[in-house]
Amino acid sequence: MDITTQKNTATPPPAPQPTEAERKRAARGATRPGDRIFLGLSRGSGILLLAIMAAIAGFLTYRAVLAISKDEGNFLTTFEWNTGTQPPVFGIAVLAYGTVISSIIAMVIAVPISVAIALFLTHYAPRRLSGPIAYVIDLLAAVPSIVYGLWGALILVPQMEGLFGWLDDYFGWTGIFDWQGGPARSMLTVGILLAIMILPIITNVSREVFRQVPQMHEEAALALGATRWEVIRMAVLPFGRSGVISASMLGLGRALGETMAVATVLSPDFLIHASLLDPGGGTFAQNIASKFGEADTFGRDALIASGLVLFVITLLVNGAARMIIARRKEYSGANA
Amino acid sequence: MSTVLTDKRPTTLRGASLPKWSPWVIAAGSVAVAVGIGLGAGLDSRIQWGLIAAILYVLGTYAIASMVEGKRQAKDRIATSLVWVAFLLAVVPLASLVWATVERGVKVLDVYFLTHSMGVVGDREPGGGIYHAIIGTLEQVGLATLIAAPIGVLTAIYLVEYGRGNLARAVTFFVDVMTGIPSIVAGLFILSIMLIFEMQPFGFAGSLALAILMMPVVVRSTEEMLKLVPNELREASLALGVPKWRTILKIVLPTAIGGITTGIMLAIARIAGETAPVLLLVFGNPFINNNPFEGAQASLPLYIYQQYSQSAGAEPAYDRAWAASLTLIAFVMILNLLARGIARWKAPKTGR
Amino acid sequence: MKLQRMNRRALTLGALAVSGALALTACGSDDTGSNGGGDATSTAKAGSIDCGDAKGQLLADGSSAQKNAIDAWVKQFTAQCSGVQINYKGSGSGAGITAFNQGQVAFAGSDSALDSEEIAASKEVCSGGQGIDLPMVGGPIAVSYNVPGVDNLVLDAPTLAKIFDSKIKKWNDEAIKKLNPDAELPDLNIQPFHRSDESGTTDNFTKYLIAATPENWKYEGGKAWQADGGQAASGSSGVAQQVSQTSGAISYMELSYAEGMDVVAIDTGAAEPVKASTDGATKAIADAEVVGTGKDLALEINYKTKAEGAYPITLVTYEIVCDKGNKAETLPATKAFLNYIASEDGQGLLADAGYAPIPDDIIAKVRTTIEGLS
Repeated sequence: MDITTQKNTATPPPAPQPTEAERKRAARGATRPGDRIFLGLSRGSGILLLAIMAAIAGFLTYRAVLAISKDEGNFLTTFEWNTGTQPPVFGIAVLAYGTVISSIIAMVIAVPISVAIALFLTHYAPRRLSGPIAYVIDLLAAVPSIVYGLWGALILVPQMEGLFGWLDDYFGWTGIFDWQGGPARSMLTVGILLAIMILPIITNVSREVFRQVPQMHEEAALALGATRWEVIRMAVLPFGRSGVISASMLGLGRALGETMAVATVLSPDFLIHASLLDPGGGTFAQNIASKFGEADTFGRDALIASGLVLFVITLLVNGAARMIIARRKEYSGANA
Repeated sequence: MSTVLTDKRPTTLRGASLPKWSPWVIAAGSVAVAVGIGLGAGLDSRIQWGLIAAILYVLGTYAIASMVEGKRQAKDRIATSLVWVAFLLAVVPLASLVWATVERGVKVLDVYFLTHSMGVVGDREPGGGIYHAIIGTLEQVGLATLIAAPIGVLTAIYLVEYGRGNLARAVTFFVDVMTGIPSIVAGLFILSIMLIFEMQPFGFAGSLALAILMMPVVVRSTEEMLKLVPNELREASLALGVPKWRTILKIVLPTAIGGITTGIMLAIARIAGETAPVLLLVFGNPFINNNPFEGAQASLPLYIYQQYSQSAGAEPAYDRAWAASLTLIAFVMILNLLARGIARWKAPKTGR
Repeated sequence: MKLQRMNRRALTLGALAVSGALALTACGSDDTGSNGGGDATSTAKAGSIDCGDAKGQLLADGSSAQKNAIDAWVKQFTAQCSGVQINYKGSGSGAGITAFNQGQVAFAGSDSALDSEEIAASKEVCSGGQGIDLPMVGGPIAVSYNVPGVDNLVLDAPTLAKIFDSKIKKWNDEAIKKLNPDAELPDLNIQPFHRSDESGTTDNFTKYLIAATPENWKYEGGKAWQADGGQAASGSSGVAQQVSQTSGAISYMELSYAEGMDVVAIDTGAAEPVKASTDGATKAIADAEVVGTGKDLALEINYKTKAEGAYPITLVTYEIVCDKGNKAETLPATKAFLNYIASEDGQGLLADAGYAPIPDDIIAKVRTTIEGLS
């Protein structure tokens, strides 16, 4: 059914073709004042939000350009962050690496497990169990990140030492899992903590999406003799894909921008360590959080510049997600 | 065996199938073997035992099922077992988090703790409380929600129900940009404005930064939920001659209200746990300040962070940090409960 | 219609929540420390604290090294002047100076004196004046360590430098063995911890290394840590926390944070190795010279002291205020508080808290300067 045309006749798009819109409006009678007010209100909010966001983005870009223009090092490749010195030398290489690698670890762990848990709750768990568990996970998604930070620093870090020792024993030769001993305040711990943090979020949204799968699709598949797994693969996952992706993006957004949990767990420095188990490195948000207090105006501009790079990364990720979702649009209920 | 539809079909058409108790037996077997390996190889980490057991279970299920039931059934079994394993794997850290917070949090959590501020109590001394931080968080988050929730929901409605053309595209683009804003940068933005006007730290400044952080989250989640509302509902309403705005208010929103409230609650939870902007804009304060519009305030996440980071590992400070965490979680949970209550109560019956 | 009724009910609920929150604002109170188990017994004599017409809340930020001293002072001061609240946030010397130069705080605490750029920046906040350093607290920087089975450890400057530069990696290294012939040093990796934030403690500690062993510590020094290797933690408290939790760890921190930990005795070249103590710091500070100009009382410490019992790794932490052009609303409270902490009572409190008082002749100058603040 071609919903688009039908919808357009019911409510013309606000601006693009005024003549056609007017004609249609005339055909339908006068616009209702309620409609106009409501449209104004919602469009007003959109414009307001746009104005705020654009103001921030513009302001931050301006400050960032100021900072980068005075940077004596290469902003992208310098392994240093000295904004107080004359001349200032700073670069984001370490931060970009740390942010990306910790988020990758987090996503690799969290996404499959989250999707599995969401499937578990919607399709596998006994009904009596799934309700309360879904509820608990709902609540866990709401646990503030500082609590994860506290838990990570006081409980996870000591626990990680066992795993680190094991990884070092068996995979130390790869160099990636080489461990020198000492508290496990490294990128891998950060990645795992981030994974634990975003797990409830991704699970939560994915579950919501899986629950929306039209029952007809599932019944149809079952009727054709599909096993439960085949039902999931053929009916549930395709329908839920865009939802799962946007859920993952939500989680990724949180992982990329997570500040305090990283700051409490990581031992920062300005080097890229080959081993994920070596303490050191940093992420954009963590670096901003630990440096902003002592930074002067210029130092803050430099931090803002690094924050801007985080924007760009997030933007690329979001853009990619939107493209994937756009391709699967036919599964969305609304065609808006 | 959750789905009602997976009931037994005539076995004659199914071929051989494993008995119902087989997963349990395989599970018990793999746990036993894992314990054996663990003891034999002298692995001291219980986590490793668990992992070995999990791997054995998955492999064992696949092997047995493919022998008895055939490949498709085996795949189904392996998916089932993987899903179970993933679930159990995730439960461990999350349960540990909850357990640690509750176990260590209840030590100092009492009426005195809830009704007193830190006052002049030193970082490493026992005593003090979180009253000032609770007030700070309630006021800052409340004000931020008052600003962000209406704007966010209305914007999402605009994007889904009306949005065409450049404005909608621009809004979507900037919402995307802002989702990635580190909380601290939002804080820096407000701080720069405050410095221009030579303002001292105050609670509402924190609310503004929190509102900035909250808006894109609300827009994104609301958008997602509105898109899930079937078009048939909208069309039916419009066909009955109901104006579009009433259709949105009476049909679309109520259908999606559960998801929208959940989204807003998640957003609140996210900002309620924000430490960095509060540290920057609200300064922190060991004394009670009821006025969000003047003077430094405290907030719960900031309190937790300070108790953790300034205590030099002193037990009383850690206890206070855990107790404050417990309070913060409880606060978020109560919000969540309220939201779910409202959602369930307002959501139309969907038959699911 | 049904929905409308529900809306109203939701509204009622919201109203209830709001009024509940409002009601809540009335039922709390500040902890006055009376039943907190602190040292409230040693209540200050009323004479030393003159509240004047001070009232309201004083914001201050800076050095975490002096936070414990401030905590002790605030307790006494608030007991006398209930109208004043001192809100000191110990986020580090660098952060304190930045906040001060932005006009966010009434005074800053710092373990390093203002440098020329910072003074230039302070002129924007202090209309007609500039930021000045008032030495208030001396503190030994203890090098604390966590090595099971080793209660007494002697190190000299070159060894310290090599440890913190990750040149010496094991506790049973020859260099350490030579200094501690009797100790049973384990075959354990050394985990040196340094401050991740900009810190006056780092500044003073590295100044000591540079002064005492320039050939082993080739970095230029400053508030930010420069050597590679080791782990970082934030704030005096952060490194203290890590040392107490980590076997093999070593770090530097103001003595009050090293409570309950083993502390290295420094071989200064004097007859006996010196352990960090308030007495030792007092002796070292006695040598200090005023190098600040005008009203600025920045001190320079002789890190190479070999005097018997003098502990060379010592910091002096300052309160930074405007000499002129302090904000009118905070000036009375600032003066009252600074007057108190510079008074004999105020300084007398320090030894118990793990700090060293400032020598008499210098603190006398500080008092005069405080009187003249405007």
